[in-house]
Amino acid sequence: MTRDLTLNRPSRATRFAARDPGPAARLAGFMAHLRAEGFRLGVAETGLAMAALARLDTFPPETVCRALKAVCASDADQSARFDDLFNAFWLNNGRVRARITQTRSAARDHQRTSQTGAGMASGTGKAHAPDDGHDDGDSESGGTGRLMATSVQNLMRRDLRELVSPDDIRHAETLAARLGAAIRDRRSRRRRAHRRGRGVDLRRTLRAALSTGGEPLHLHRRTRPDRPVKLVVLCDVSGSMLAYTRPYLAFVTGLTRADPTADAYLFHTGLVRITSALRDDDPLRMLNRLSLLAEGVGGGSRIGANLDLFARTYARRFVNGRSVVVILSDGYDSASPDQLGPALSLLKKRGCRIIWLNPLKGWRDYAPVAGGMAAALPHLDLFAPATTLADLARLEPELARL
Amino acid sequence: MENPDTLTEKLREQGYVAHPDLAMALHLSLALGRPLLLEGAAGVGKTEIARALATVLGTELLRLQCYEGLDAAQAIYEWNYQRQLLSIRAAVEDGESARQAESRIFSEDYLLERPLLAAIRREQAPVLLIDEIDRADEEFEAYLLEVLSDFQITIPELGTITATSRPHVILTANGTRDLSDALRRRCLYAYVDYPDRDTELAILTTRCPDIDAALGRQIVGFVQALRAEDLEKKPGIAEMLDFAAALGGLGVNDLGADPVALAAALATLLKTRSDRAAIPPEVAARLAGRAA
Repeated sequence: MTRDLTLNRPSRATRFAARDPGPAARLAGFMAHLRAEGFRLGVAETGLAMAALARLDTFPPETVCRALKAVCASDADQSARFDDLFNAFWLNNGRVRARITQTRSAARDHQRTSQTGAGMASGTGKAHAPDDGHDDGDSESGGTGRLMATSVQNLMRRDLRELVSPDDIRHAETLAARLGAAIRDRRSRRRRAHRRGRGVDLRRTLRAALSTGGEPLHLHRRTRPDRPVKLVVLCDVSGSMLAYTRPYLAFVTGLTRADPTADAYLFHTGLVRITSALRDDDPLRMLNRLSLLAEGVGGGSRIGANLDLFARTYARRFVNGRSVVVILSDGYDSASPDQLGPALSLLKKRGCRIIWLNPLKGWRDYAPVAGGMAAALPHLDLFAPATTLADLARLEPELARL
Repeated sequence: MENPDTLTEKLREQGYVAHPDLAMALHLSLALGRPLLLEGAAGVGKTEIARALATVLGTELLRLQCYEGLDAAQAIYEWNYQRQLLSIRAAVEDGESARQAESRIFSEDYLLERPLLAAIRREQAPVLLIDEIDRADEEFEAYLLEVLSDFQITIPELGTITATSRPHVILTANGTRDLSDALRRRCLYAYVDYPDRDTELAILTTRCPDIDAALGRQIVGFVQALRAEDLEKKPGIAEMLDFAAALGGLGVNDLGADPVALAAALATLLKTRSDRAAIPPEVAARLAGRAA
């Protein structure tokens, strides 16, 4: 163990002194490092990176960093993280290689990483915490303290896994496919050949006219095809929604798996995007990932804050005029409802349509007096009850009318 | 262009102050012949860089503005149907055979070039700006991938047209829609952010050389402070330059001294009603006071 330690200890001066396999291999190592960080890079990119470096005439670290950034980063997020990743790999003050993580020196290095890499840590943490205080979050856990709250959360987490059965998902998938087909957008600007279209297809008409001596006897036509809309589903999984979480979650899962353009989020006190987790090929792993993401299920809900966060962040990328945003929630906001109206109005400015499905609306004598719901109503295109999968299925004609 | 620094220098001569990251991406894009994808908020100078680059390279700028429903007829080529129709009529009267007529009307003479086809047929490689690619739909993006990898275009009636010169391609996007991974992988990438204070001051003095130095600092400080506010549309660089021009037109020499003129000039910076409401004159005056 001790010998192992001395052999593998990374030296600060240079990490490649002993058995340096050459620059190409080092660069390949760096690409692997980026891949581990979620960059999508293939062999072609490694080659391109080599070519890019060959075009430089001087090699100070910042120049090399810029060159590799242009090649490897492919969106704003990766671009922002790149400098840190570059420094971590080449300048010996960050993440160490996986091979030595078991030794003590590696553990020490790891601690140093978490201190120096504070910027990155806060980047990942932010998505889970739009709320600033825990006090109003877990209303059920009362004053018994942290231990109690933790056990409640664990219970919920296990629950969630049991909540969604493969059968439910299959059922929901067919349902979701039908609903998706029901909400069609008829505003495509593209044209396609069609027997009874509105516009004349000049190209084909002219081709045909050749055989009739330049007389366009038969007019070919084209039309604007229908185009499916993009569904974005926001599902409330707070404590007050617990009874409905099962059908809703099955619906969201089915929808996301049936429709490759659908997008799904959970919210309670925080907001998480679960689209990629739901698309996992392995259903078991999918449920595990989902459970991890859904930490905090059954607590309070901050609808206004979460919708505001959504409208400001994800919606800018994923919501446009072709989107239909479906919110599944009972409208009970554990924070003040003031934020909800402005948040929905901001979201509405993206040009989308908003549907709110509320389980309580199915109750007799229900009036949307919950402060949140009342503020939301003016911004909704459809406000309908839905408590079970069957209820969702009955919505089909209503959605088709939108 | 031998290295990024000379490129930066030449761009600056054209009035474009480029961030080092952007200059490097641009340099590599030219050196490796890869398209360059620029992302960033509206008004950070993504389109302008193509114009500056075209001037630096002494070549033509071809611009393709994307929009939803953009299709091959507007992006690549179109047959001139009216001329074709006339020509067929004439051919019939002249007693020309159908085969002759066909080969004639589907020849280069009757072809209307659109930006993509024009870009690959130029003698000298032009700068091809594909603006706001995220506004076009997925179908067009997929087609563009083919053009950008092979630089050849197939016209069924004419055959394949290969590039006589490879255009320098710049694509811009500002996040209306998520672009496909395939397109991102084909391109080099640079994220263009709002410039920092010094860079923006440099831009202002490059574009408006005769502006008073103190006023320039005030303008930049004010606009930077405004961007930190919670606005729907943050003012971009073009807006900042408009603002400077407006102040010049109003004869303002000190932002803090004339709140009325400042409020009037704000029309160049704040372009939605709620943004106007968010920055009432007294807030503007306070921001201006702090910028001074």
